[in-house]
Amino acid sequence: MFKKLTLAVLAALSTAALADINVGVSVSATGPAASLGIPEKNTIALLPTTIAGQKVNYIVLDDATDPTAATKNIRKLIGENKVDVMIGSTTTPNSLAMMDVAVDSETPLISMAGSAIVVEPMDAKRQWVFKTAQNDAHMATAIVQHMTDRKVQTVAFIGFADAYGEGWYKEFARIAEARKLKIVASERYQRNDTSVTGQILKIMAAKPDAVLIGGAGTPAALPQKTLKEKGYKGLIYQTHGVANNDFLRVGGKDVEGAFLPVGPMVVAAQLPADNPVKKSGLEYVTRYEAAHGKGSVSSFGGHAWDAGVLLQAAIPQALKKGQPGTKEFRKALRDALESTKDLPAAHGIFNMTPNDHQGFDQRARVMVTIENGNWKLVK
Amino acid sequence: MDLQILLLLGQDGVTNGAIYALLALALVLVFAVTRVIFIPQGEFVAYGALTLAALQAGKVPGTVWLLLALGTTVALLDGVRLLREGRFRKLPPLLIFNVGIPLLCAGGLFVVPPTQLPLWAQVAVSMLLVVPLGPMIYRVAYQPLASASVLVLLIVSVAVHLALIGLGLLFFGAEGSRTPAFTEISFELAGAPLQGQTILVIVASALLIIGLYFFFERTLYGKALRATAMNRTGARLMGIPPALAGQLCFTLAAAIGAFSGILIAPITTIYYDSGFLIGLKGFVGAIIGGLASYPVAALGAALVGLLESYSSFYASAFKEVIVFTLIIPVLLWRSLTTKHVEEEE
Repeated sequence: MFKKLTLAVLAALSTAALADINVGVSVSATGPAASLGIPEKNTIALLPTTIAGQKVNYIVLDDATDPTAATKNIRKLIGENKVDVMIGSTTTPNSLAMMDVAVDSETPLISMAGSAIVVEPMDAKRQWVFKTAQNDAHMATAIVQHMTDRKVQTVAFIGFADAYGEGWYKEFARIAEARKLKIVASERYQRNDTSVTGQILKIMAAKPDAVLIGGAGTPAALPQKTLKEKGYKGLIYQTHGVANNDFLRVGGKDVEGAFLPVGPMVVAAQLPADNPVKKSGLEYVTRYEAAHGKGSVSSFGGHAWDAGVLLQAAIPQALKKGQPGTKEFRKALRDALESTKDLPAAHGIFNMTPNDHQGFDQRARVMVTIENGNWKLVK
Repeated sequence: MDLQILLLLGQDGVTNGAIYALLALALVLVFAVTRVIFIPQGEFVAYGALTLAALQAGKVPGTVWLLLALGTTVALLDGVRLLREGRFRKLPPLLIFNVGIPLLCAGGLFVVPPTQLPLWAQVAVSMLLVVPLGPMIYRVAYQPLASASVLVLLIVSVAVHLALIGLGLLFFGAEGSRTPAFTEISFELAGAPLQGQTILVIVASALLIIGLYFFFERTLYGKALRATAMNRTGARLMGIPPALAGQLCFTLAAAIGAFSGILIAPITTIYYDSGFLIGLKGFVGAIIGGLASYPVAALGAALVGLLESYSSFYASAFKEVIVFTLIIPVLLWRSLTTKHVEEEE
């Protein structure tokens, strides 16, 4: 009798566990992309643990900015934890590596990486992949627009000698060419270089009206510091990859006056009241700062938050079509994600279509400048 | 390219070269005395710089905890041995060095907020926190294997390097830091601006190299190290304990590393993993010196600095490739000109 009872209890428990929604998360909390991955990881902890009355479990693993580890993580999460949806990863190479596994098991994957190739061009594989971070192209257009508004004619580029720098250069060169901007110098440097004097001297010899620094995080401060030191007087642009407070701390007064495009949540408090992103952006900033202290929020965590926003909108619809843990539920979740319409998130308004799994438009970026050690919205 | 650019690049190259030279000297020293290829050399650069930055930011640097943990481990290892052998008189100095001083440092940091200290005192505290890590790491990781082959010691080095990198991320976070400049002075040299900080780096490196020369030529400990480097067994027969020599040269290596880190921290942003690449370039210099000759290693390191600077002007995307390719002709030349001596087993 007792045995039977135990079995019954166990059976009841296991069905209860089955009904939970399992969300697998793989972020780069260590390794070169750690400064992006850590706020993402912190943000996952702020996401709601019940959606539409269902308990949601987040299983977070670190992939150490290593595509192999990312693949291992997603295999483990899908195989052992039977996750219904994956969030990850922080970087483009890791997201691409995870994509194949996600497609094989027909699990929707929401990436937080920057590059457009994660969701473009749309094919059978990418049907299962969504992306919350703005495409580089969104940001590059904003920079080129700002440059042409200020009558810039010649521009120089200095970026990381890796996929980030190359990706930005390609994107920027394509748009700049269309807008008749002349690129007079294109230089590369390593993230942990201790000096970029050579590259900067070469750039200054070409006398550009503006310089774009294609770097992410604190390493992007070095070229700007060297430019200032050598007496460069033109405009200096940074990419949205620098939008965290560590960049301001390390750059200090050397990075004052730089222009960069960012997701609107970075300056959520300064946005005009009629901006549709103001409310959703402020919500994230308030939640994050309540947990981690004033001024701790960065734009990268916002991408993780937006993945949560997408899920909160899609899960209630998917629940109507299937039970969590089943193939039907995962399929329904994918369909629901794809039909997301006018959903305000921290970084913009999502409007997914079968061909656009990123879903942001021009409302997902604003130009800011650095003034007195703070981000200031450029009107 | 005009003369001004040439000068500016040269100045940049010499500044970096000076730091690489210091590290190259430390690498040669450690290899000569203990046969350890000291990959974690660069980590001391990062630890030195980031500890100083943490002190200036008013935080308690994580190195304090590492120092306490390693110190306690060393005290336990050696303490048990001393107790077994009944050499009680050696116990107090052991405890004072490995547990007392770290505790005092940690306590001091909590009593006196480090931001109120003058800059020189902050530098001194950073050195005090980082340098003892050198001999402690030697005691824990290398001393038990002191007579193992070079390959085994290299593997241990890789392990220590990875452990220190991981701890660095834990202690200092993923983002980099820069410390304020020691001096704001700047000069004009042949029309090219020259930062006071740059001169400071070059002068300090030169002084340190001269100091090392006198240490090895004029002091008993320096001579003991040289003797051990020349002939380990012979030195042992003359009463120089190999463990002492090992700990001494690791202390020196850690001091050189931490000092280099503090020197360059105002010029560039240092990350928890920056040290590896800086150390590796010092290593290229050391290889040019055949891991044996101090002056050739220093010159080689200076060459690496200059090559790096000029190649960053001409072909910035291939800078590292050019610098590390330098090692191939050097190795070719060395293997053609020197007679191969079989590694002792």
